Amino acid sequence: MTIFHLDFMRYALVAAVMVGLTAPAVGTFIVQRRLALLGDGIGHVALTGVALGFLTGTAPVATAVVVAALGAVAIEMVRARGKTSGDVALALLFYGGLAGGVMIIYLTPGESTASLNSYLFGAITSVDSTDLWVIAGLAVAVLALLAVFGRELFVLCQDEEVARASGLPVRFLGLLIAVIASVTVVVAMRAVGLLLVSALMVVPVATSQQLTRSFRTTMALSMVFGVLATVGGLTSSFYLDVPSGATIVLLALAGFAVALGIGRFVRRSRTGESTA
Amino acid sequence: MSTAFDMTAGQVAIDGRKILRGIDLTVDEGEVVAVLGANGSGKSTLVRALLGVQPLSGGATLLYGRPPARFREWWRIGYVPQRLSVGGGVPATVREVVASGRIARQRRGRFTSSADRQAVAAALEEVGLSGRAGDPVSSLSGGQQQRVLIARALAGEPDAFVLDEPTAGVDAGSQRMLADTLRGLVERGRTVVLVAHELGPLEPLISRAVVLNQGCKVHDGAPPTAVGTHALPGHDHVHPHEPAPAESPVPSWVLAQEKA
Ligand SMILES: Nc1ncnc2c1ncn2[C@@H]1O[C@H](COP(=O)(O)OP(=O)(O)OP(=O)(O)O)[C@@H](O)[C@H]1O
Ligand SMILES: [Mg+2]
Repeated sequence: MTIFHLDFMRYALVAAVMVGLTAPAVGTFIVQRRLALLGDGIGHVALTGVALGFLTGTAPVATAVVVAALGAVAIEMVRARGKTSGDVALALLFYGGLAGGVMIIYLTPGESTASLNSYLFGAITSVDSTDLWVIAGLAVAVLALLAVFGRELFVLCQDEEVARASGLPVRFLGLLIAVIASVTVVVAMRAVGLLLVSALMVVPVATSQQLTRSFRTTMALSMVFGVLATVGGLTSSFYLDVPSGATIVLLALAGFAVALGIGRFVRRSRTGESTA
Repeated sequence: MSTAFDMTAGQVAIDGRKILRGIDLTVDEGEVVAVLGANGSGKSTLVRALLGVQPLSGGATLLYGRPPARFREWWRIGYVPQRLSVGGGVPATVREVVASGRIARQRRGRFTSSADRQAVAAALEEVGLSGRAGDPVSSLSGGQQQRVLIARALAGEPDAFVLDEPTAGVDAGSQRMLADTLRGLVERGRTVVLVAHELGPLEPLISRAVVLNQGCKVHDGAPPTAVGTHALPGHDHVHPHEPAPAESPVPSWVLAQEKA
Protein backbone atom coordinates (compact mmCIF):
# COMPACT_ATOMS: atom_id res chain seq x y z
CA MET A 1 0.00 0.00 0.00
CA THR A 2 1.36 3.43 -0.86
CA ILE A 3 0.52 6.76 0.73
CA PHE A 4 -1.61 7.67 -2.30
CA HIS A 5 -4.22 5.10 -1.25
CA LEU A 6 -4.99 7.05 1.89
CA ASP A 7 -7.40 9.96 1.49
CA PHE A 8 -5.85 12.00 4.27
CA MET A 9 -2.39 11.56 2.76
CA ARG A 10 -3.61 12.64 -0.68
CA TYR A 11 -5.09 15.80 0.82
CA ALA A 12 -1.95 16.34 2.85
CA LEU A 13 0.27 15.99 -0.24
CA VAL A 14 -1.75 18.52 -2.22
CA ALA A 15 -1.62 20.92 0.72
CA ALA A 16 2.11 20.33 0.98
CA VAL A 17 2.62 21.30 -2.68
CA MET A 18 0.56 24.50 -2.21
CA VAL A 19 2.51 25.50 0.88
CA GLY A 20 5.83 24.55 -0.71
CA LEU A 21 5.10 26.87 -3.64
CA THR A 22 3.62 29.90 -1.89
CA ALA A 23 5.73 30.28 1.25
CA PRO A 24 9.11 30.65 -0.54
CA ALA A 25 7.60 32.84 -3.29
CA VAL A 26 6.42 35.37 -0.70
CA GLY A 27 9.58 34.75 1.31
CA THR A 28 11.80 35.92 -1.54
CA PHE A 29 10.27 39.42 -1.39
CA ILE A 30 10.28 39.48 2.39
CA VAL A 31 13.94 38.49 2.64
CA GLN A 32 14.80 41.12 0.03
CA ARG A 33 12.90 43.69 2.10
CA ARG A 34 15.07 42.73 5.11
CA LEU A 35 12.09 41.45 7.02
CA ALA A 36 13.13 37.79 7.20
CA LEU A 37 11.55 37.46 10.63
CA LEU A 38 8.21 38.96 9.54
CA GLY A 39 6.79 35.45 9.16
CA ASP A 40 7.70 34.64 12.77
CA GLY A 41 6.07 37.83 14.01
CA ILE A 42 2.90 37.11 12.06
CA GLY A 43 2.96 33.47 13.20
CA HIS A 44 2.95 34.51 16.84
CA VAL A 45 0.13 36.98 16.26
CA ALA A 46 -1.84 34.35 14.38
CA LEU A 47 -1.78 32.28 17.56
CA THR A 48 -3.95 34.91 19.24
CA GLY A 49 -6.25 34.57 16.24
CA VAL A 50 -6.44 30.79 16.61
CA ALA A 51 -7.25 31.14 20.31
CA LEU A 52 -9.95 33.71 19.53
CA GLY A 53 -11.46 31.14 17.18
CA PHE A 54 -11.70 28.67 20.04
CA LEU A 55 -13.11 31.29 22.39
CA THR A 56 -15.82 32.45 19.98
CA GLY A 57 -16.51 29.04 18.46
CA THR A 58 -15.59 30.12 14.92
CA ALA A 59 -13.14 28.38 12.63
CA PRO A 60 -9.63 29.09 13.97
CA VAL A 61 -8.26 29.44 10.42
CA ALA A 62 -10.66 32.30 9.70
CA THR A 63 -9.91 34.19 12.89
CA ALA A 64 -6.19 33.51 12.39
CA VAL A 65 -6.25 35.10 8.91
CA VAL A 66 -8.01 38.20 10.22
CA VAL A 67 -5.82 38.67 13.29
CA ALA A 68 -2.61 37.86 11.41
CA ALA A 69 -3.49 40.37 8.68
CA LEU A 70 -4.22 43.05 11.31
CA GLY A 71 -0.92 42.24 13.02
CA ALA A 72 0.96 42.45 9.73
CA VAL A 73 -0.63 45.80 8.94
CA ALA A 74 0.36 47.02 12.41
CA ILE A 75 3.96 45.90 11.86
CA GLU A 76 4.04 47.64 8.50
CA MET A 77 2.62 50.88 9.91
CA VAL A 78 5.06 50.95 12.80
CA ARG A 79 7.90 50.23 10.37
CA ALA A 80 6.79 52.90 7.88
CA ARG A 81 6.58 55.57 10.59
CA GLY A 82 10.25 54.88 11.15
CA LYS A 83 10.12 55.70 14.86
CA THR A 84 10.77 52.11 15.90
CA SER A 85 12.97 49.89 13.79
CA GLY A 86 11.29 47.00 12.01
CA ASP A 87 12.84 44.29 14.15
CA VAL A 88 11.77 45.92 17.42
CA ALA A 89 8.22 46.24 16.10
CA LEU A 90 8.34 42.55 15.22
CA ALA A 91 9.67 41.59 18.64
CA LEU A 92 6.85 43.45 20.38
CA LEU A 93 4.30 41.53 18.32
CA PHE A 94 6.04 38.18 19.01
CA TYR A 95 5.51 38.58 22.71
CA GLY A 96 2.06 40.09 22.52
CA GLY A 97 0.80 37.46 20.11
CA LEU A 98 2.11 34.49 22.05
CA ALA A 99 1.01 35.79 25.45
CA GLY A 100 -2.38 36.80 24.07
CA GLY A 101 -2.94 33.37 22.57
CA VAL A 102 -2.05 31.53 25.74
CA MET A 103 -4.19 33.83 27.88
CA ILE A 104 -7.27 33.59 25.65
CA ILE A 105 -7.05 29.81 25.42
CA TYR A 106 -6.80 29.68 29.23
CA LEU A 107 -9.98 31.75 29.48
CA THR A 108 -11.84 29.49 27.02
CA PRO A 109 -13.99 26.94 28.83
CA GLY A 110 -13.06 23.34 28.00
CA GLU A 111 -9.83 24.22 26.18
CA SER A 112 -6.27 24.13 27.39
CA THR A 113 -2.99 25.12 25.83
CA ALA A 114 -2.83 21.53 24.55
CA SER A 115 -5.53 22.53 22.01
CA LEU A 116 -3.02 24.88 20.48
CA ASN A 117 -0.48 22.13 19.80
CA SER A 118 -1.66 21.20 16.33
CA TYR A 119 -1.48 24.88 15.35
CA LEU A 120 1.88 25.45 16.97
CA PHE A 121 3.55 22.43 15.43
CA GLY A 122 1.37 21.60 12.43
CA ALA A 123 -1.00 18.77 11.66
CA ILE A 124 -0.99 18.46 7.91
CA THR A 125 -2.53 14.98 7.95
CA SER A 126 -5.67 16.43 9.56
CA VAL A 127 -6.42 18.49 6.42
CA ASP A 128 -9.84 17.53 5.04
CA SER A 129 -11.36 18.35 1.67
CA THR A 130 -12.92 21.62 2.89
CA ASP A 131 -9.60 22.76 4.32
CA LEU A 132 -7.99 21.82 1.05
CA TRP A 133 -10.29 24.11 -0.93
CA VAL A 134 -9.57 26.98 1.43
CA ILE A 135 -5.80 26.37 1.26
CA ALA A 136 -5.86 26.04 -2.53
CA GLY A 137 -7.94 29.20 -2.92
CA LEU A 138 -5.65 31.23 -0.69
CA ALA A 139 -2.52 29.84 -2.35
CA VAL A 140 -3.77 30.69 -5.83
CA ALA A 141 -4.74 34.18 -4.69
CA VAL A 142 -1.28 34.74 -3.19
CA LEU A 143 0.53 33.56 -6.33
CA ALA A 144 -1.74 35.60 -8.59
CA LEU A 145 -1.12 38.77 -6.57
CA LEU A 146 2.62 38.16 -6.70
CA ALA A 147 2.44 37.72 -10.47
CA VAL A 148 0.48 40.93 -10.98
CA PHE A 149 2.43 43.12 -8.54
CA GLY A 150 5.79 41.33 -8.73
CA ARG A 151 7.58 44.00 -10.73
CA GLU A 152 6.48 46.76 -8.39
CA LEU A 153 7.21 44.69 -5.28
CA PHE A 154 10.72 44.05 -6.59
CA VAL A 155 11.40 47.80 -6.77
CA LEU A 156 9.78 48.39 -3.38
CA CYS A 157 11.75 45.64 -1.64
CA GLN A 158 14.99 46.68 -3.33
CA ASP A 159 14.80 50.40 -2.48
CA GLU A 160 11.70 52.04 -1.05
CA GLU A 161 12.90 55.54 -1.89
CA VAL A 162 13.40 54.70 -5.54
CA ALA A 163 9.95 53.11 -5.54
CA ARG A 164 8.53 56.40 -4.26
CA ALA A 165 10.49 58.41 -6.85
CA SER A 166 9.05 56.11 -9.53
CA GLY A 167 5.53 57.02 -8.45
CA LEU A 168 4.68 53.57 -7.10
CA PRO A 169 1.93 53.38 -4.45
CA VAL A 170 4.48 52.63 -1.73
CA ARG A 171 2.12 52.52 1.22
CA PHE A 172 -0.34 50.27 -0.59
CA LEU A 173 2.42 47.91 -1.76
CA GLY A 174 3.87 47.70 1.75
CA LEU A 175 0.48 46.76 3.16
CA LEU A 176 -0.09 44.34 0.28
CA ILE A 177 3.08 42.41 0.96
CA ALA A 178 2.26 42.34 4.69
CA VAL A 179 -1.22 40.97 4.06
CA ILE A 180 0.04 38.45 1.49
CA ALA A 181 2.59 37.28 4.06
CA SER A 182 -0.04 36.83 6.73
CA VAL A 183 -2.31 34.83 4.45
CA THR A 184 0.67 32.65 3.57
CA VAL A 185 1.49 32.12 7.23
CA VAL A 186 -2.01 30.88 7.92
CA VAL A 187 -1.92 28.61 4.86
CA ALA A 188 1.42 27.16 5.94
CA MET A 189 0.29 26.88 9.57
CA ARG A 190 -1.44 23.56 8.84
CA ALA A 191 1.72 22.07 7.39
CA VAL A 192 4.49 23.08 9.72
CA GLY A 193 2.80 24.96 12.54
CA LEU A 194 3.01 28.61 13.52
CA LEU A 195 6.34 28.24 15.28
CA LEU A 196 8.07 26.86 12.20
CA VAL A 197 6.10 28.70 9.51
CA SER A 198 8.75 31.27 8.87
CA ALA A 199 11.29 28.54 8.15
CA LEU A 200 9.43 27.70 4.94
CA MET A 201 9.46 31.37 3.92
CA VAL A 202 13.14 31.91 4.62
CA VAL A 203 15.11 28.65 4.40
CA PRO A 204 14.31 27.74 0.75
CA VAL A 205 15.20 31.32 -0.26
CA ALA A 206 18.48 31.17 1.64
CA THR A 207 19.17 27.80 0.01
CA SER A 208 18.45 29.04 -3.46
CA GLN A 209 20.47 32.24 -3.17
CA GLN A 210 23.60 30.14 -2.59
CA LEU A 211 23.27 28.93 -6.16
CA THR A 212 21.74 31.79 -8.16
CA ARG A 213 22.65 35.21 -9.55
CA SER A 214 19.28 36.73 -10.40
CA PHE A 215 16.16 37.54 -8.42
CA ARG A 216 13.94 35.65 -10.82
CA THR A 217 15.83 32.35 -10.62
CA THR A 218 16.24 32.73 -6.85
CA MET A 219 12.47 32.86 -6.55
CA ALA A 220 11.84 30.00 -8.98
CA LEU A 221 14.44 27.74 -7.42
CA SER A 222 13.26 28.54 -3.89
CA MET A 223 9.78 27.34 -4.89
CA VAL A 224 11.32 24.09 -6.17
CA PHE A 225 13.20 23.66 -2.89
CA GLY A 226 10.05 24.51 -0.97
CA VAL A 227 8.04 21.77 -2.67
CA LEU A 228 10.88 19.27 -2.28
CA ALA A 229 11.00 20.02 1.45
CA THR A 230 7.25 19.87 2.10
CA VAL A 231 6.52 16.81 -0.05
CA GLY A 232 9.73 15.01 0.89
CA GLY A 233 9.29 15.84 4.57
CA LEU A 234 5.66 14.76 4.61
CA THR A 235 6.38 11.46 2.86
CA SER A 236 9.33 10.55 5.03
CA SER A 237 7.50 11.53 8.21
CA PHE A 238 4.74 9.12 7.21
CA TYR A 239 7.10 6.18 6.72
CA LEU A 240 9.33 7.01 9.67
CA ASP A 241 6.36 7.82 11.90
CA VAL A 242 7.79 11.15 13.11
CA PRO A 243 6.14 14.62 13.29
CA SER A 244 5.64 16.08 9.80
CA GLY A 245 6.26 19.76 10.56
CA ALA A 246 9.64 19.17 12.13
CA THR A 247 10.65 16.73 9.37
CA ILE A 248 9.80 19.30 6.68
CA VAL A 249 11.84 22.01 8.35
CA LEU A 250 14.80 19.72 9.08
CA LEU A 251 14.80 18.58 5.46
CA ALA A 252 14.77 22.21 4.29
CA LEU A 253 17.70 22.96 6.58
CA ALA A 254 19.61 19.92 5.30
CA GLY A 255 19.02 21.25 1.77
CA PHE A 256 20.46 24.57 2.86
CA ALA A 257 23.61 22.91 4.22
CA VAL A 258 24.11 21.02 0.96
CA ALA A 259 23.53 24.15 -1.15
CA LEU A 260 25.97 26.09 1.00
CA GLY A 261 28.66 23.53 0.19
CA ILE A 262 27.82 23.41 -3.53
CA GLY A 263 27.64 27.22 -3.71
CA ARG A 264 31.12 27.55 -2.18
CA PHE A 265 32.47 24.98 -4.60
CA VAL A 266 30.83 26.58 -7.67
CA ARG A 267 32.01 30.07 -6.73
CA ARG A 268 35.55 28.85 -6.10
CA SER A 269 35.75 27.09 -9.46
CA ARG A 270 34.26 30.21 -11.14
CA THR A 271 36.89 32.51 -9.66
CA GLY A 272 39.47 29.83 -10.49
CA GLU A 273 38.40 30.03 -14.13
CA SER A 274 38.53 33.80 -14.30
CA THR A 275 41.97 34.06 -12.74
CA ALA A 276 43.33 31.23 -14.88
CA MET B 1 9.69 77.23 -21.13
CA SER B 2 8.12 75.49 -18.17
CA THR B 3 9.66 74.55 -14.87
CA ALA B 4 10.63 71.02 -13.90
CA PHE B 5 11.14 71.59 -10.16
CA ASP B 6 9.85 74.46 -8.11
CA MET B 7 10.37 74.65 -4.37
CA THR B 8 9.26 77.62 -2.32
CA ALA B 9 10.39 78.10 1.28
CA GLY B 10 11.02 74.36 1.55
CA GLN B 11 11.72 73.20 5.09
CA VAL B 12 12.60 69.74 6.34
CA ALA B 13 12.84 68.83 10.00
CA ILE B 14 13.70 65.35 11.23
CA ASP B 15 13.07 64.64 14.91
CA GLY B 16 12.76 68.37 15.51
CA ARG B 17 16.14 69.11 13.92
CA LYS B 18 15.99 71.57 11.06
CA ILE B 19 17.78 70.06 8.07
CA LEU B 20 16.54 72.43 5.37
CA ARG B 21 15.66 75.99 6.32
CA GLY B 22 13.46 77.72 3.80
CA ILE B 23 14.89 76.82 0.41
CA ASP B 24 13.64 78.53 -2.75
CA LEU B 25 14.74 76.68 -5.82
CA THR B 26 13.34 76.71 -9.34
CA VAL B 27 14.79 74.52 -12.05
CA ASP B 28 13.60 75.23 -15.58
CA GLU B 29 13.44 72.56 -18.23
CA GLY B 30 16.78 72.08 -19.94
CA GLU B 31 18.82 73.52 -17.08
CA VAL B 32 21.80 71.68 -15.59
CA VAL B 33 21.99 72.58 -11.93
CA ALA B 34 24.74 71.46 -9.57
CA VAL B 35 24.01 71.28 -5.84
CA LEU B 36 27.19 71.82 -3.85
CA GLY B 37 28.03 71.93 -0.17
CA ALA B 38 29.82 70.23 2.70
CA ASN B 39 28.96 66.78 4.06
CA GLY B 40 25.76 67.05 6.04
CA SER B 41 24.78 70.41 4.56
CA GLY B 42 21.53 68.90 3.31
CA LYS B 43 22.20 68.23 -0.38
CA SER B 44 20.68 64.75 -0.42
CA THR B 45 17.76 65.94 1.67
CA LEU B 46 17.18 68.80 -0.78
CA VAL B 47 17.04 66.59 -3.87
CA ARG B 48 14.88 64.02 -2.06
CA ALA B 49 12.54 66.82 -1.01
CA LEU B 50 12.45 68.14 -4.58
CA LEU B 51 11.15 64.72 -5.65
CA GLY B 52 8.65 64.46 -2.81
CA VAL B 53 10.47 61.40 -1.46
CA GLN B 54 11.26 63.38 1.68
CA PRO B 55 8.14 65.11 3.01
CA LEU B 56 8.43 68.84 3.73
CA SER B 57 7.68 70.20 7.17
CA GLY B 58 7.05 73.62 5.68
CA GLY B 59 6.83 75.32 2.31
CA ALA B 60 5.87 73.58 -0.91
CA THR B 61 7.41 71.88 -3.88
CA LEU B 62 6.08 71.26 -7.37
CA LEU B 63 7.04 68.68 -9.99
CA TYR B 64 6.16 69.97 -13.44
CA GLY B 65 3.64 72.24 -11.78
CA ARG B 66 2.00 69.72 -9.48
CA PRO B 67 2.60 68.81 -5.83
CA PRO B 68 4.22 65.34 -5.56
CA ALA B 69 1.05 63.75 -4.15
CA ARG B 70 -0.90 64.75 -7.26
CA PHE B 71 1.92 64.25 -9.76
CA ARG B 72 1.14 61.40 -12.17
CA GLU B 73 3.84 61.54 -14.85
CA TRP B 74 6.56 59.86 -12.82
CA TRP B 75 8.16 58.46 -15.96
CA ARG B 76 9.41 62.02 -16.54
CA ILE B 77 11.74 61.72 -13.52
CA GLY B 78 14.89 59.60 -13.20
CA TYR B 79 16.35 59.46 -9.70
CA VAL B 80 19.88 58.23 -8.98
CA PRO B 81 20.25 57.78 -5.21
CA GLN B 82 23.55 58.29 -3.43
CA ARG B 83 24.18 54.57 -3.14
CA LEU B 84 22.81 51.27 -4.33
CA SER B 85 20.63 49.42 -1.88
CA VAL B 86 21.40 45.76 -2.41
CA GLY B 87 18.29 44.46 -0.69
CA GLY B 88 18.37 41.83 2.01
CA GLY B 89 20.80 39.52 0.27
CA VAL B 90 18.53 38.14 -2.44
CA PRO B 91 20.70 38.37 -5.54
CA ALA B 92 19.61 40.59 -8.42
CA THR B 93 21.47 40.91 -11.69
CA VAL B 94 22.66 44.16 -13.19
CA ARG B 95 20.05 43.74 -15.91
CA GLU B 96 17.24 43.22 -13.39
CA VAL B 97 18.16 46.37 -11.48
CA VAL B 98 18.53 48.44 -14.65
CA ALA B 99 15.24 47.07 -16.00
CA SER B 100 13.47 48.21 -12.84
CA GLY B 101 14.10 51.77 -14.08
CA ARG B 102 11.30 51.14 -16.60
CA ILE B 103 8.72 50.65 -13.87
CA ALA B 104 7.08 54.06 -14.25
CA ARG B 105 6.50 53.34 -17.95
CA GLN B 106 5.11 49.83 -17.50
CA ARG B 107 1.48 48.91 -17.06
CA ARG B 108 0.64 46.61 -14.18
CA GLY B 109 0.19 43.00 -15.24
CA ARG B 110 1.69 43.52 -18.68
CA PHE B 111 4.72 41.65 -19.92
CA THR B 112 8.01 43.38 -20.62
CA SER B 113 7.83 44.97 -24.08
CA SER B 114 10.52 45.09 -26.73
CA ALA B 115 10.77 48.85 -26.12
CA ASP B 116 11.62 48.01 -22.51
CA ARG B 117 14.31 45.57 -23.55
CA GLN B 118 15.82 48.00 -26.05
CA ALA B 119 15.94 50.83 -23.52
CA VAL B 120 17.64 48.56 -20.97
CA ALA B 121 20.20 47.34 -23.50
CA ALA B 122 20.92 50.93 -24.59
CA ALA B 123 21.34 52.08 -20.98
CA LEU B 124 23.74 49.22 -20.21
CA GLU B 125 25.70 50.05 -23.34
CA GLU B 126 25.84 53.73 -22.41
CA VAL B 127 27.52 53.03 -19.04
CA GLY B 128 29.71 50.27 -20.45
CA LEU B 129 28.20 47.44 -18.41
CA SER B 130 26.71 45.31 -21.19
CA GLY B 131 29.28 42.63 -20.46
CA ARG B 132 28.25 42.44 -16.80
CA ALA B 133 24.48 42.41 -17.38
CA GLY B 134 24.06 38.87 -16.03
CA ASP B 135 26.23 39.34 -12.94
CA PRO B 136 24.75 39.97 -9.51
CA VAL B 137 25.02 43.68 -8.62
CA SER B 138 26.58 42.76 -5.29
CA SER B 139 29.61 41.39 -7.15
CA LEU B 140 30.37 44.80 -8.68
CA SER B 141 32.73 47.42 -7.27
CA GLY B 142 31.36 50.62 -5.74
CA GLY B 143 32.12 52.64 -8.86
CA GLN B 144 30.49 50.05 -11.10
CA GLN B 145 27.41 49.99 -8.86
CA GLN B 146 27.21 53.75 -9.29
CA ARG B 147 27.06 53.16 -13.04
CA VAL B 148 24.28 50.61 -12.54
CA LEU B 149 22.25 53.28 -10.75
CA ILE B 150 22.83 55.73 -13.58
CA ALA B 151 21.84 53.08 -16.14
CA ARG B 152 18.64 52.42 -14.18
CA ALA B 153 17.68 56.08 -14.50
CA LEU B 154 18.68 56.17 -18.18
CA ALA B 155 16.56 53.08 -18.89
CA GLY B 156 13.42 54.99 -17.89
CA GLU B 157 14.13 57.61 -20.60
CA PRO B 158 12.97 60.45 -18.33
CA ASP B 159 12.85 64.17 -19.06
CA ALA B 160 14.61 65.14 -15.85
CA PHE B 161 17.47 63.47 -14.05
CA VAL B 162 18.16 63.92 -10.36
CA LEU B 163 21.55 62.47 -9.49
CA ASP B 164 22.91 62.32 -5.95
CA GLU B 165 26.72 62.31 -6.17
CA PRO B 166 26.97 60.30 -9.37
CA THR B 167 30.73 60.83 -9.40
CA ALA B 168 31.46 59.74 -5.83
CA GLY B 169 34.01 56.93 -5.84
CA VAL B 170 34.15 56.89 -9.63
CA ASP B 171 37.55 56.90 -11.38
CA ALA B 172 38.61 59.62 -13.83
CA GLY B 173 37.80 57.53 -16.91
CA SER B 174 34.27 56.78 -15.72
CA GLN B 175 33.77 60.42 -14.76
CA ARG B 176 34.58 61.43 -18.34
CA MET B 177 32.19 58.75 -19.56
CA LEU B 178 29.47 60.15 -17.30
CA ALA B 179 30.24 63.64 -18.57
CA ASP B 180 29.79 62.40 -22.15
CA THR B 181 26.51 60.73 -21.23
CA LEU B 182 25.27 63.91 -19.55
CA ARG B 183 26.35 66.03 -22.50
CA GLY B 184 24.24 63.84 -24.78
CA LEU B 185 21.26 64.26 -22.45
CA VAL B 186 21.71 68.01 -22.20
CA GLU B 187 21.93 68.33 -25.98
CA ARG B 188 18.58 66.55 -26.19
CA GLY B 189 17.11 69.14 -23.81
CA ARG B 190 16.96 67.02 -20.67
CA THR B 191 16.89 68.67 -17.26
CA VAL B 192 19.61 67.67 -14.81
CA VAL B 193 19.97 68.31 -11.08
CA LEU B 194 23.12 66.79 -9.69
CA VAL B 195 24.75 66.76 -6.30
CA ALA B 196 28.54 66.80 -6.36
CA HIS B 197 31.58 67.50 -4.29
CA GLU B 198 33.99 68.00 -7.15
CA LEU B 199 32.54 68.88 -10.53
CA GLY B 200 35.64 67.66 -12.37
CA PRO B 201 34.87 66.88 -16.03
CA LEU B 202 31.19 67.76 -15.45
CA GLU B 203 32.02 71.42 -14.90
CA PRO B 204 31.61 72.70 -18.49
CA LEU B 205 28.06 71.23 -18.60
CA ILE B 206 26.76 73.01 -15.53
CA SER B 207 24.57 76.01 -16.23
CA ARG B 208 23.94 76.95 -12.59
CA ALA B 209 25.21 76.07 -9.15
CA VAL B 210 23.37 76.06 -5.85
CA VAL B 211 25.46 76.00 -2.70
CA LEU B 212 24.07 74.77 0.60
CA ASN B 213 25.50 75.41 4.01
CA GLN B 214 23.84 73.98 7.11
CA GLY B 215 20.52 73.67 5.36
CA CYS B 216 20.50 77.19 3.92
CA LYS B 217 20.98 78.19 0.32
CA VAL B 218 24.00 80.47 0.31
CA HIS B 219 24.52 80.82 -3.41
CA ASP B 220 22.46 80.36 -6.55
CA GLY B 221 23.98 81.38 -9.83
CA ALA B 222 27.05 80.96 -11.95
CA PRO B 223 29.00 77.76 -11.27
CA PRO B 224 32.31 78.14 -9.50
CA THR B 225 35.46 78.12 -11.57
CA ALA B 226 38.02 75.40 -10.98
CA VAL B 227 40.05 77.71 -8.75
CA GLY B 228 36.95 78.79 -6.90
CA THR B 229 36.05 75.26 -5.79
CA HIS B 230 38.87 75.49 -3.27
CA ALA B 231 36.87 77.96 -1.31
CA LEU B 232 33.74 75.80 -1.18
CA PRO B 233 32.64 74.92 2.33
CA GLY B 234 32.75 71.27 1.28
CA HIS B 235 36.36 71.39 0.42
CA ASP B 236 38.20 69.69 3.21
CA HIS B 237 41.78 70.36 2.16
CA VAL B 238 44.01 71.41 4.98
CA HIS B 239 46.61 73.93 4.04
CA PRO B 240 49.09 73.85 6.89
CA HIS B 241 50.71 77.19 6.07
CA GLU B 242 47.45 79.03 5.53
CA PRO B 243 44.97 80.15 8.15
CA ALA B 244 42.05 77.72 8.53
CA PRO B 245 39.22 78.45 6.03
CA ALA B 246 36.96 81.11 7.40
CA GLU B 247 33.73 79.93 9.03
CA SER B 248 31.80 82.33 6.80
CA PRO B 249 28.74 80.59 5.36
CA VAL B 250 29.36 82.32 2.03
CA PRO B 251 32.28 81.04 -0.02
CA SER B 252 34.78 83.73 -0.88
CA TRP B 253 34.31 83.32 -4.63
CA VAL B 254 30.64 84.15 -4.23
CA LEU B 255 31.52 87.35 -2.41
CA ALA B 256 34.05 88.15 -5.11
CA GLN B 257 31.41 87.70 -7.79
CA GLU B 258 28.78 89.73 -6.02
CA LYS B 259 31.18 92.63 -5.61
CA ALA B 260 31.97 92.54 -9.33
N1 LIG C 1 16.88 60.02 8.23
C1 LIG C 1 17.54 60.95 8.92
N2 LIG C 1 17.42 60.99 10.26
C2 LIG C 1 18.08 61.91 10.99
N3 LIG C 1 18.88 62.84 10.46
C3 LIG C 1 19.05 62.85 9.13
C4 LIG C 1 18.40 61.90 8.30
N4 LIG C 1 18.75 62.14 7.02
C5 LIG C 1 19.60 63.18 7.07
N5 LIG C 1 19.78 63.60 8.33
C6 LIG C 1 20.63 64.74 8.76
O1 LIG C 1 20.42 65.77 7.84
C7 LIG C 1 21.62 66.46 7.58
C8 LIG C 1 21.81 66.58 6.09
O2 LIG C 1 21.92 65.27 5.53
P1 LIG C 1 22.14 65.05 3.99
O3 LIG C 1 22.23 63.58 3.77
O4 LIG C 1 21.11 65.79 3.25
O5 LIG C 1 23.56 65.73 3.76
P2 LIG C 1 24.44 65.75 2.45
O6 LIG C 1 24.70 67.17 2.17
O7 LIG C 1 23.80 64.95 1.37
O8 LIG C 1 25.76 65.05 2.94
P3 LIG C 1 26.80 64.09 2.15
O9 LIG C 1 27.72 65.01 1.42
O10 LIG C 1 27.51 63.38 3.24
O11 LIG C 1 26.02 63.19 1.27
C9 LIG C 1 22.72 65.68 8.27
O12 LIG C 1 23.12 66.41 9.40
C10 LIG C 1 22.08 64.40 8.70
O13 LIG C 1 22.56 64.02 9.96
MG1 LIG D 1 24.27 63.17 0.42
